[in-house]
Amino acid sequence: MAVKHVRSTALVVLGLMVPATGAVAQGVGPEAEPDWSLPVHDDVAYGQLLMDRFEYQAGDDEDVFAWEGQAWWGGDTHRLVVDSEGEALVSGGDGGEVESFDVQYGYGFSSYWQAKAGLGYQTTFGPGPDRNRGSAVIGVQGLAPYWFEVDTGLRVSEDGDAVAEFEGEYDWLLTQRLILQGRAETSYAFSEVREFGVGEGLNGLTLGLRLRYEVAREFAPYIGVRWQDQYGDTADLTRAEGEDTEKTSLVAGVRWWF
Amino acid sequence: MHNDQHPGRRSLSRRDIIRTGTSMGLMLGLGSLLPGYALGLTGNQELTRRTEGNTDIYELTIDRTPLTIDGRRSVQPITVNGSLPAPLIRLREGREAVLRVTNKLDEPTSIHWHGILLPFEMDGVPGVSFAGIAPGETFEYRYPVRQSGTYWYHSHSGLQEQLGHYGPLIVDPAEPEPFEYDREYVIVLSDWTFNDPAEVMRNLKVAEGYYNYNRRTVADFFEDVANLGWSAAWEKAGMWGRMRMTPRDILDVTGAEYTYLMNGLSPDGNWTGLFEPGEKVRLRVINASAMSIFDVRIPGLPMTVVEADGQKVEPVETDEFRIGVAETYDVIVEPQDEAHTLFAQSQDRSGFTRGTLAVREGMEAPVPDLYPRTERGMAAMGMAGHGDGGMDHGSMEGMDGMHEGSAGMNGMKHGDEKQPPIADRQISHGPDNHGAGAAMVASNPRPRLDDPGVGFEHVEHRVLTYDQLRGLHAWPDEREPQREVELHLTGNMERYMWSFDGQKFSEVDGPVPFRHGERLRLILVNDTMMDHPIHLHGMWMELETGNDGYRPRKHTLLVKPGEMISAQITPEHEGDWAFHCHLLYHMKAGMFRVVSVQ
Repeated sequence: MAVKHVRSTALVVLGLMVPATGAVAQGVGPEAEPDWSLPVHDDVAYGQLLMDRFEYQAGDDEDVFAWEGQAWWGGDTHRLVVDSEGEALVSGGDGGEVESFDVQYGYGFSSYWQAKAGLGYQTTFGPGPDRNRGSAVIGVQGLAPYWFEVDTGLRVSEDGDAVAEFEGEYDWLLTQRLILQGRAETSYAFSEVREFGVGEGLNGLTLGLRLRYEVAREFAPYIGVRWQDQYGDTADLTRAEGEDTEKTSLVAGVRWWF
Repeated sequence: MHNDQHPGRRSLSRRDIIRTGTSMGLMLGLGSLLPGYALGLTGNQELTRRTEGNTDIYELTIDRTPLTIDGRRSVQPITVNGSLPAPLIRLREGREAVLRVTNKLDEPTSIHWHGILLPFEMDGVPGVSFAGIAPGETFEYRYPVRQSGTYWYHSHSGLQEQLGHYGPLIVDPAEPEPFEYDREYVIVLSDWTFNDPAEVMRNLKVAEGYYNYNRRTVADFFEDVANLGWSAAWEKAGMWGRMRMTPRDILDVTGAEYTYLMNGLSPDGNWTGLFEPGEKVRLRVINASAMSIFDVRIPGLPMTVVEADGQKVEPVETDEFRIGVAETYDVIVEPQDEAHTLFAQSQDRSGFTRGTLAVREGMEAPVPDLYPRTERGMAAMGMAGHGDGGMDHGSMEGMDGMHEGSAGMNGMKHGDEKQPPIADRQISHGPDNHGAGAAMVASNPRPRLDDPGVGFEHVEHRVLTYDQLRGLHAWPDEREPQREVELHLTGNMERYMWSFDGQKFSEVDGPVPFRHGERLRLILVNDTMMDHPIHLHGMWMELETGNDGYRPRKHTLLVKPGEMISAQITPEHEGDWAFHCHLLYHMKAGMFRVVSVQ
């Protein structure tokens, strides 16, 4: 009951009020009366909020809390999808960044893939001037052959800057509940956006290994390691701010959904 | 092991006795939710009937009744006359049945008489045959009974069936049975969840493999390496990986969620049926599960199958049979020892239920281990005889454990047996391979009637196969089919989409048209990696086994992955009929069509 309440509340908060599409009762037989209910209701909308990463990252100079998750609501083909990723400094500084908050329409165009298109929002918070920008986002998300979870997109900001993003995940089942997740994330900027510390070209590479234990499918604490390296202009911008371009941190968190 | 007493297992509170209020069996301490017929001490008890002329009248009340199941209290059960499973209804062939069903739930309900041929308005499918039974309303079913055998009845509303709204239905024949037995028991197998079925459905929808705790692990890969060598193990993993399919997808909802019941009792409850030494016992086995296919055996005791889906078959002796959801089998056994375990394990080996045939109450026989967990093989992909990406069939043959039950394991195959008429049929899936609703198609589906299915790879004894079923009689219509209707079973596990021909019920543009009185061949092609029990209301499916003898008649066909299967049908009764996968959550997901007979 509590879970249900939280879920419905969360969906309202997220504004995911997509009504289930009206039943097209063409499959019923000629004997059916108009006021009868349908024999099966297979176009019910479902939804899920999945926090794939919800973690504390302990690094050399700073500790941060980071999240990455997706909420969706809808049917088998048409869905409203909200993706968000960000981090907040816990020690070694203040503030943080909502790297993305994307509200998109998702269309399941094949058994394993959905296309996404919508609007994104990015903002920083904490000391210094708050910076934010909106963007248009398109992407493709799904399950590639050999069980790779892939999420890739193209983001064009209101200033006309474009970034291509790629993220891949793979789960190794050590046991039925002990699962090692490997992930890789990279992006390519078509132009420099100095205020967000983004240089032109391949920005960098983030690799992660996270070992989770599924206490329940919905609740899986994990530990792991995250390694990030920056390249090219982005690395130059980071150096100019006096920070390391290569960061390794230990992570601990919980993968959860409801 | 014999004669173990477990008095603690049958605790019974006074309130339970008062609530269910049935018969003397309860006084003997057998457990609170046993319907009378399951008691075994006093023989089969049944729903009382009243007789007026040629009419038998039954009163049924559907309600929610808090019950204790496997020692846990639940407020969820939907009961008929206070009982889970619902009470045994005995109809009589040649008479008229009147069944008055009162709905005391706060939601609409229904009863479908599974396997009974009747006027479509009496078939009990809301939205197809009638409006359903509104809360507080009483609906009177009235139909002539023109068949005999073992059947069952259940709700066709929402997910109510998962909550206990099912029970056995026997039609006593007008003529004496062509086989002998001294006593009989009804065995209702089912799966119980303490959670809300709507939550189960949601978990299936949003989290692929939610209930599967038998997925392939890294260790399984290295075991393959040890058994097959690096390259074959790598190719095997690659083949499944390319398809994004798992050979371990056997059942969607498993023992991780379910408590498996026999006549409403968990394995600890140990349903017991008594016999006198030397007696022949008829077991009427009904799979009333929502989602669980069972493999049933009595270790050490052969069983003679005399009916399938309520219809007489030539007696065939076997040691084990697989019973799909909604199927029934009648077997006759002659117990040799003082106690025998009746063992029913789920198809994926994630759990079991059991009962005991015994000469005295309170006895037990050894309970066997579950069979080792298994994997689906090439045949499941519908690629038997096909190469895949450069792999030839020969290299597949070399892969241990990759084959679903190999043909011929029963030692009963003969090279000269005929093939089903569709054996050489070329299957097409249309230009889009059934669209996004179908994650795969079977490129070379085959009849697999001589194959007992996945999970019997290492079994030495006999396992019943469909091709061993031969009808006892000729059926009235001996015309050759004039027309063929081909439907594909399709699905996509990632989003838990299930359908026919890639279109779920809400997406199709009309019912499947059958013509009244025509003779047609229904061809089912399974384009998924799972077994589907396909149920056609209102008419028999005469399964085309290709063997000599008469075709067995069935109301539900368990179609294996990669299999194509065919049946001859004469639509005798005009009207609209449901046609669907009897896995409850597959039906809920849209694997449902209406067949309109005009």
